[in-house]
Amino acid sequence: MTPLLVLDGLSHRFGRVEALRGASLTVRPGTVHALLGENGAGKSTLMRAAFGLLQPDRGVLRWKGAPHRLASPAAALRLGIGMVHQHFTLVPAMTVAENVALGGHGAFDPAQAAARVREVARRAGLTLDPDARVGALPVGAQQRCEIVKALARDVELLILDEPTAVLAPGEAAELLTWVRRYADAGNAVVLITHKLRDALAVADDVTVLHRGRTVLTTRAADSSQEALAAAMIGDGMVGDATTGHGTAGHADGAAADRPAAATVRTSRPAPMTTGRVVLALDGVTVRDARGVVLLREVTLTVRAGEIVGVAAVEGAGQHPLLRVLAGRMEASTGRVQRPARVGFVPEDRHRDALLLDAPLFENAALRGAGARRGRMPWAALRAHTSALLARHDVRAPHAAVPARTLSGGNQQKFVLGRELADEPEALVVENPSRGLDFKATAAVQAALRAARDGGTAVVVYSSDLDEVLLLADRVVVMYAGQLTEVARTREAAGRAMLGSER
Amino acid sequence: MHGSARALAQLGIMLLAALALLSLLLVATGHAVGPALTALVRGAFGSSYAITSATIVRMIPLGFAGLAVSLAFRAGMLNIGAEGQLLMGAAAAAALAVPLASAPAAVGIPLLLTGGAVAGAAWAAVAALLRLRFGVLEVISTIMLNFVAQYLTGWLVRGPLQEPTRVNPQSASLASALQLPVLLEGTRLHVGVLLLLLLAFATWWWLSQTASGFRVRAVGMNEAAARSAGDVAVGRTIAGAFVLSGLLAGLGGAVEYTGITYALYENFSPGYGYTAIAVALLARLHPVGVLGTALLFGALEAGANAMQRDAGVPSVVVSVVEAVLILLIVGADRWSGRLSARAEAAT
Repeated sequence: MTPLLVLDGLSHRFGRVEALRGASLTVRPGTVHALLGENGAGKSTLMRAAFGLLQPDRGVLRWKGAPHRLASPAAALRLGIGMVHQHFTLVPAMTVAENVALGGHGAFDPAQAAARVREVARRAGLTLDPDARVGALPVGAQQRCEIVKALARDVELLILDEPTAVLAPGEAAELLTWVRRYADAGNAVVLITHKLRDALAVADDVTVLHRGRTVLTTRAADSSQEALAAAMIGDGMVGDATTGHGTAGHADGAAADRPAAATVRTSRPAPMTTGRVVLALDGVTVRDARGVVLLREVTLTVRAGEIVGVAAVEGAGQHPLLRVLAGRMEASTGRVQRPARVGFVPEDRHRDALLLDAPLFENAALRGAGARRGRMPWAALRAHTSALLARHDVRAPHAAVPARTLSGGNQQKFVLGRELADEPEALVVENPSRGLDFKATAAVQAALRAARDGGTAVVVYSSDLDEVLLLADRVVVMYAGQLTEVARTREAAGRAMLGSER
Repeated sequence: MHGSARALAQLGIMLLAALALLSLLLVATGHAVGPALTALVRGAFGSSYAITSATIVRMIPLGFAGLAVSLAFRAGMLNIGAEGQLLMGAAAAAALAVPLASAPAAVGIPLLLTGGAVAGAAWAAVAALLRLRFGVLEVISTIMLNFVAQYLTGWLVRGPLQEPTRVNPQSASLASALQLPVLLEGTRLHVGVLLLLLLAFATWWWLSQTASGFRVRAVGMNEAAARSAGDVAVGRTIAGAFVLSGLLAGLGGAVEYTGITYALYENFSPGYGYTAIAVALLARLHPVGVLGTALLFGALEAGANAMQRDAGVPSVVVSVVEAVLILLIVGADRWSGRLSARAEAAT
């Protein structure tokens, strides 16, 4: 049988970042195809190419055997390819029928539009009220609206980008059941996910991407969670990207560090366990304003003079964990032991750490500003800031230049220096090298080690597992709001990050 | 220093552009440019009387309201409600003047001014509360509260505060003992101007030198960073700045009432609170700079009156010029913002 869709050797780069390096994918008619990979593996980029949202630099797209170049999503929809994005593209103030009719042509007839929605939903076996206002619908129904919107354009292939990420467990199971039934009726679905269980439960075929390459294509029935997890974290492959020498850039900086990491791992003395406990969480649960559990019964101790690395895929609970540790978020239940002074380096320094238009000495003064009384001792603060710039090798002409004028690396060194200036007992760091070049990354990592060696209890989260392994004395993994400590190896951390049990 | 020199140069260019536009408008409406501009300048600066009794007299309420607006904007709160806060300040002073009619100046005047300040603060506190409790945008609530204040004033001067003869829609004339002392004999210049100077410098000192002032600026520059990196209580800071802003505007209203009008009436403010937004923006939200821009706008308004009187040019022509000035400021900010963003991208 001719495959429905073939993507062959797609490559694409964004500036200096190679998002796709010859990725391939073949979708058979009447099947569910799971597309797996870590964050940043290229899953979404590949599917955006299939939906005409970006034009790959190299590679061929074949639809029912014929090559095509898709200039836009409209072209993809004309062929019969539809996509439901992770973040919905609905107009909340409009009804379901109006949203579905949006982008169509000719006169809008509300009755006809509603009838169309009813018919498409009935045929697909989805429950959806055409006259409901989208803003008032629960997330699951909004997603069904997105699906119906795609189906109403008579698509034969439906791409779902992380569809279960936004759903409650019950809704997710319901959606996967529907996907299976829909494919059994002769349609094709590509399911982008990083959840192994979802993939194995519902898919016929599985493709795994790692760093922009297809590293595994298999029938789901012939595979296992272990095999998929190993492929996702890039284990034991021929031509693994991590051994290649590529272009400059952060990913390759980390890759170049890998051999060094291996040496460090074996030669470093066993993690100190004699330091006193500085930070401790005991059965900490955090719920947000709507009662959704962000952290579940998390227990963790961090001692003076050690770096605890946190590994996790996106949205697994690391964000609230770091904020509870840093005292920026309150625990709903459970006990938190936190020293008086905790330094915090958030991942978005422009949003959460800096006053970009203020001079550096005011940025330095920001730490502790909430509790300060009386006059600002600006002269002393200026001198203190100049010393900070020298000590942490921040390249700035003087302490009065606006923070905006510094490069990203110098901004990060400045923020780190500021947080360390009052010698905090603990330091919590989130994605310390995001957006930094190789040299700045090395400097920031060195500063973290120096803080550790000086007796600070350090917690580091990085979305780059290699960076976690490189820095950490102990590794903990967050998955679905729960924390587990794992061995300091790629394999163990990788498996735990993906929530696969052994 | 370099930055402020550039800001001054920019201001000069804008003024020239505004002047050119004014000339164009005069030509287009069939007025002789020379005599009209002469009347404008003479009305604003032509004599010591013009300076003290026209220009500076108008500068005072613009200055108080301009300080109010710049303080709120510094905290990131867009207080469009200086007009209403100023009106409520004047109304409170007028209401207090009734029981205090026979009080000595040393007691009465401070009480009237304090009453006005508190009323302005309370009026702003409504908007602050709406924002912090219910997420109502202060831009919208303050504009609406302006209308409420406007009509409340209209009702007051026809009802409880109307003068005893019940003929005119205005309050009774303020007892002369409670009027602000005149600074220069024979002019209308009153001591309110000293209070304005004092408060402008005090506001500047507070913002730049104290911890609470720094918190206000930090929150205005980046709320998230102030909360995360500075552990600043953002809500409290915002509310405090907003209430202080209302206090300054309310005080301005009370000063205008006790210093110039001596009565409350419906059109008590010819839009001081709105012009104050331009005053504050043109001063780049600098409290001491507000003194200069308030003087400029005071001169423009005084000159516009003279131009209407002496050359028959409708004073609204000057309103057009004021509006264009605001657009130029906003445009220049956008433009220089884009330039620096581009410079950043190039590095």
